[in-house]
Amino acid sequence: MSAKTADRIATGVIISVAVFIVALLASLLGFILVRGIGHISFDFLTSAPQTIKAGGGIGPQLFNSLFLLVLTLMITVPLGIGAGIYMSEYAKPGRLTDFIRLIVEVLSSFPSIVVGLFGLLVIVNLFGLGFSLFSGALALTVFNLPLMVRITEQAIRGVPREQKEASLALGLSRWKTITSVMMPIALPTIVTGTVLASGRVFGEAAALLFTAGMTSPRLDFTNWNPFSPTSPLNPFRPAETLAVHIWKINSEGLAPDAAQIAAGASAVLVIVVLLFNFTARWFGRFLYKKLTASK
Amino acid sequence: MQDKQRVVKPHLAEEWVGKIYTLLCIFFLIVTIFSMVYFVASKGIGTFLLPNVNVLDFLTGLKWAPEGSPPAFGALPFIVGSFTTSILAALIAAPLGICAAIFMTEIMPGAGRRYLQPVIELLAGIPSVVYGFIGLSVLVPFLRDVFPGQGIGIAAGSIVLSIMILPTITTIAADALAGLPNSLKEGSYALGATRWQTIYRIILPTTLPALLTGVVLGISRAFGEALAVQMVIGNAPHIPKSLFESTSTLTSVITLSMGNTVSGSPHNSALWSLAFILMAMTFVFVFIVRWLERRSKV
Repeated sequence: MSAKTADRIATGVIISVAVFIVALLASLLGFILVRGIGHISFDFLTSAPQTIKAGGGIGPQLFNSLFLLVLTLMITVPLGIGAGIYMSEYAKPGRLTDFIRLIVEVLSSFPSIVVGLFGLLVIVNLFGLGFSLFSGALALTVFNLPLMVRITEQAIRGVPREQKEASLALGLSRWKTITSVMMPIALPTIVTGTVLASGRVFGEAAALLFTAGMTSPRLDFTNWNPFSPTSPLNPFRPAETLAVHIWKINSEGLAPDAAQIAAGASAVLVIVVLLFNFTARWFGRFLYKKLTASK
Repeated sequence: MQDKQRVVKPHLAEEWVGKIYTLLCIFFLIVTIFSMVYFVASKGIGTFLLPNVNVLDFLTGLKWAPEGSPPAFGALPFIVGSFTTSILAALIAAPLGICAAIFMTEIMPGAGRRYLQPVIELLAGIPSVVYGFIGLSVLVPFLRDVFPGQGIGIAAGSIVLSIMILPTITTIAADALAGLPNSLKEGSYALGATRWQTIYRIILPTTLPALLTGVVLGISRAFGEALAVQMVIGNAPHIPKSLFESTSTLTSVITLSMGNTVSGSPHNSALWSLAFILMAMTFVFVFIVRWLERRSKV
């Protein structure tokens, strides 16, 4: 076989692999949306699930997922940005910094089920928070924090050196330089990364099985007192999220329409994740234009 | 115009606020990971202090009957299950991922960035329970019809995992290929080599450690993935004779049983030991990755 034929065959194989991957994603999304969208209705999205009867919805689960995401971001974002700034601006090169970097790497590769078990042991039992939204948010923080640190660190490092040096030369403190000069430039990247990470948090289930719990109490959506046990806003109630719900009805669902509910809920989950992906791109570009002088 | 003295002081205070705030954040991170290792390890090692359980029997025993009398704690089926599914998944995903990376960097960079890159990112974004659900409703029935057996098992698990780790392998491979100095490729083309010759004689050998980094990270992710695998693997606690027979992994048995056991019981501690094995493997994977990264810098 001549070198040119081999080249053509190899090129053909590589292109067909690329086409195969695109087709794979198209068929996965197609399957989920075609199977699930027929089942999505206003009623499905807002009503409570049924254990043994058909016609249950995913209302509380959808609400729990969104609420949990908000709680998680409220804890993760300040911590992650702070730690990321430390890693990129304050950490001096040396043993200690290398060690911290190793720790972040290890933490980011821990399986999410191990994070969930840690949550069960420490947050749920030791701190006595029980199966609750707040425990779930803390477990997701552990799961999401290394990613936030890496996103922030890279974004801050991406700021042109001249801008930072000009600000320092004008006599601004390092912290002022970071908050007023570097953050506006880095923010679009941080926001894009955070929104993408939110998609990951939204679909996470393994870390939540033993922290946020697998049940959801009857919620009274007219009760907005965050201290009442039936209020949806109470962060100390158990909360089954959408992803956990999909897992549960697939493994132990008793309702006759469990397969359709799983399909509908999966479609909702995938649509939300897609929305996160598209808004991340669009919002990042929008912020960049808004905060910097570039067109 | 402000007085000089009054400008300097807030300036210093501001700097301290920033320093202390970021230090606290990083301190929280360090405390978290240390307590995580400490708590899981102390719980996991607890099992081996029980009478009639020792480390060797635990790691090599074939029988898992934690509620039986006498109880048997042989975790080998789960260890074998975890390793075979994740390594098979990497064997499927690695060639696909590396081809995709070559496509994005060498063959059609334009189309790669515009179409393949977002596709890979979306694949990474699909939640694992959704992969499990698709596996259960499409892949398992398909395997049941085509091959002998019930469809559930290592084959189904590793195919589902291979799609989930494809983005990891592709992204890292693409970064490695894009970072290769152009002069290497130009030298090869100048000698009259074809594109394929350049790819497999120059590009792939030079970037091999980085490509392997991606594969190891993929295996590590597959090893720790819980729910998608648990949904399609069948969950029988023994070593299967074929790829299409029900079996278990470390993660699947933890997922299924942890909620049904009482804290402190032997069954519960045995599950913590499995979690400890999972965590120890994470460290092993991180060190392999670090070793490969050092190789790729040379």
